Amino acid sequence: MLDLSKYQSIGAALKDALEEFSREVCLIEADREREKERLTYRDFKERAQPLAKALQDAGFAAGDRASIIMTNQSKWLITAYAIFFAGGVLVPLDYKLTPDEQWQLLKHSGAKVLITEYPIWRQLGASAGRAAATHLGTVLVTEAPANADLSGAHRWEDFRGAGEPAFVPRSRTDLASIVYSSGTGGRPKGCMMTHENYLEQCVALTSIYPFWPGVRYLSILPTNHAIDFMVGFFGPFICGAAVVHLRTLRPEYVREAFSKYKITYVSLVPLVLKNLQKGLQTRFDALSPGKHKALNLLIGLNKALTKSRPRLGLSRRLLKQVHEPFGGQLRAIIVGGAFTEPQTLQFFYDLGIPVANGYGLTEAGTAITVNDLKPFRADTVGKPLPGMQVRILNPAPDGIGEVAVRSKTVMSGYLNEPELTAEAMVDGWLITGDLGRFDPAGHLQLFGRKKNMIVTEEGKNIYPEDIEAVFESLPVKEFCVFAANYIWPQRSMVAEQLLLALHLEAGQTYTEELRRDISARNNKLLNYKRIHGVVLCDADFPRTASMKIKRNALAEQLAKLDRATAFLPL
Amino acid sequence: MRTLEQTTQEILDLASKHFNVPAGTLSPEDDFFKKLGIDSLQTLEMLSRLENHFGVELPDYEVQGVSDFRTLASRIQSRL
Repeated sequence: MLDLSKYQSIGAALKDALEEFSREVCLIEADREREKERLTYRDFKERAQPLAKALQDAGFAAGDRASIIMTNQSKWLITAYAIFFAGGVLVPLDYKLTPDEQWQLLKHSGAKVLITEYPIWRQLGASAGRAAATHLGTVLVTEAPANADLSGAHRWEDFRGAGEPAFVPRSRTDLASIVYSSGTGGRPKGCMMTHENYLEQCVALTSIYPFWPGVRYLSILPTNHAIDFMVGFFGPFICGAAVVHLRTLRPEYVREAFSKYKITYVSLVPLVLKNLQKGLQTRFDALSPGKHKALNLLIGLNKALTKSRPRLGLSRRLLKQVHEPFGGQLRAIIVGGAFTEPQTLQFFYDLGIPVANGYGLTEAGTAITVNDLKPFRADTVGKPLPGMQVRILNPAPDGIGEVAVRSKTVMSGYLNEPELTAEAMVDGWLITGDLGRFDPAGHLQLFGRKKNMIVTEEGKNIYPEDIEAVFESLPVKEFCVFAANYIWPQRSMVAEQLLLALHLEAGQTYTEELRRDISARNNKLLNYKRIHGVVLCDADFPRTASMKIKRNALAEQLAKLDRATAFLPL
Repeated sequence: MRTLEQTTQEILDLASKHFNVPAGTLSPEDDFFKKLGIDSLQTLEMLSRLENHFGVELPDYEVQGVSDFRTLASRIQSRL
């Protein structure tokens, strides 16, 4: 097991790794069929040090916050290392958010420095939100065209200090990063992650899915996401492995990357995994009846031989045609961000491709449980990782209750949100809002959510209150957005939907014109944030003394309606 | 050089052919996620086909957040 006990910070651990593995390749970056970069750990250090020095020369000091808004690429990781080296706090933001949302989070995080790509900077510049981010001083922009108007930003490529930067030590309890799990509407949820959170998570995860020099991780999930940050940066770098970045995520280039770069691990969201399954199934279905029968026999044989544990070498030989397009080196697909259906997991395992299925939250420092493949179980999310205490609160007679976690990987709280923090963390336990139970073998099984939110198959957490703004001034008496499962609990974590609860004015009816108005507003939302239907409510919404809607009380009222008839699809 | 209208029409034609939607049922303002019933991955596949057709390279970030044919056409048009 990896021992990181001597380290106090991410920066210190990475600094040593850069020396220890100086000759190994750490990064490969490809743009379509062209390989753009191939860096050793020494090259990486030589790129990062001048950046750290320039940041320090610009006044960036211990505890200062710097945000990265970039697609996955080598400059993301080089910049992150420079920030940690200089003792800074990293604020990784989702490049897919709208510019207004990005400005809102930049303001909320108090970031002094922003590092972003030129096209993103251009979009940020066109947004009125800029005025709000008053802390922001230095902006670095990558790959700006020669004659580009940088609107006060510096070119990342030219932002290099002369001389050695001074390494800034941090302690384990210091803040390492602020990760926004979701919530860009009224109350951004910035998870405050300490250096200890990351060091402990790295030890726990690599105990089951280890990295070593020669391992190649294909980084597809956005690096601002807790999973890719851990298994697409910190984990592989600490162990001397290599990370492969693709500048385009078109399926054809992703497919090609597996064999071209002999990928060992990849992380995917369930949607992509299902798509991969569909593609393979189509290929199998196109085989002649004889070949199809032979394939099924081999799959059956593989299934029998890998019942108690994966046998990668054997599976690769038995099912060569299936494994070759994956490069023949794939050890596991890590799936995360959302719930994965058991039949998809089983499909891949039967082909000899283990899927590292697990359960985690940004608040818990990524993974809480992971399938250890001893043996593989498609019907659970695995056992708690080393160092994780998991409890089921107030279990019903069937054993199902709310999942709570305590570990050194759990965040210290939500930034500037003591009330939210107090709700989420009780006596040192993180209350997850997810429903689960342990089976006799100690595996955790999940059964839906207690909280008012959904997670899409693409791994996006959506809080209903965050999308209500588009329905402001809707010509109705009052409205409220809910996760359908919050109103009508279902023992399932798939196909979650949002709905709009409407209370019409006296005498008003739900007309086609109103439906069209709602639909038009809905279309202004990103596709994964859209509501799926409407529920009509004929009583006043319960409200607090300060006139805020009591969501839980309203949900209880709506729950009395029959979902089948009350839910009007949009 | 194509006009924006021509580019838009060619995109509509290609999309209806690729996703088996009757020709003439798609319009520039349509949300292609909804109208074609496709997810983000299928959208990326569609983009690759459009790139081949128009002979341009469209970085992923250029189409981030785009969901209607007209905006997509303008992004392609700017690279023709």
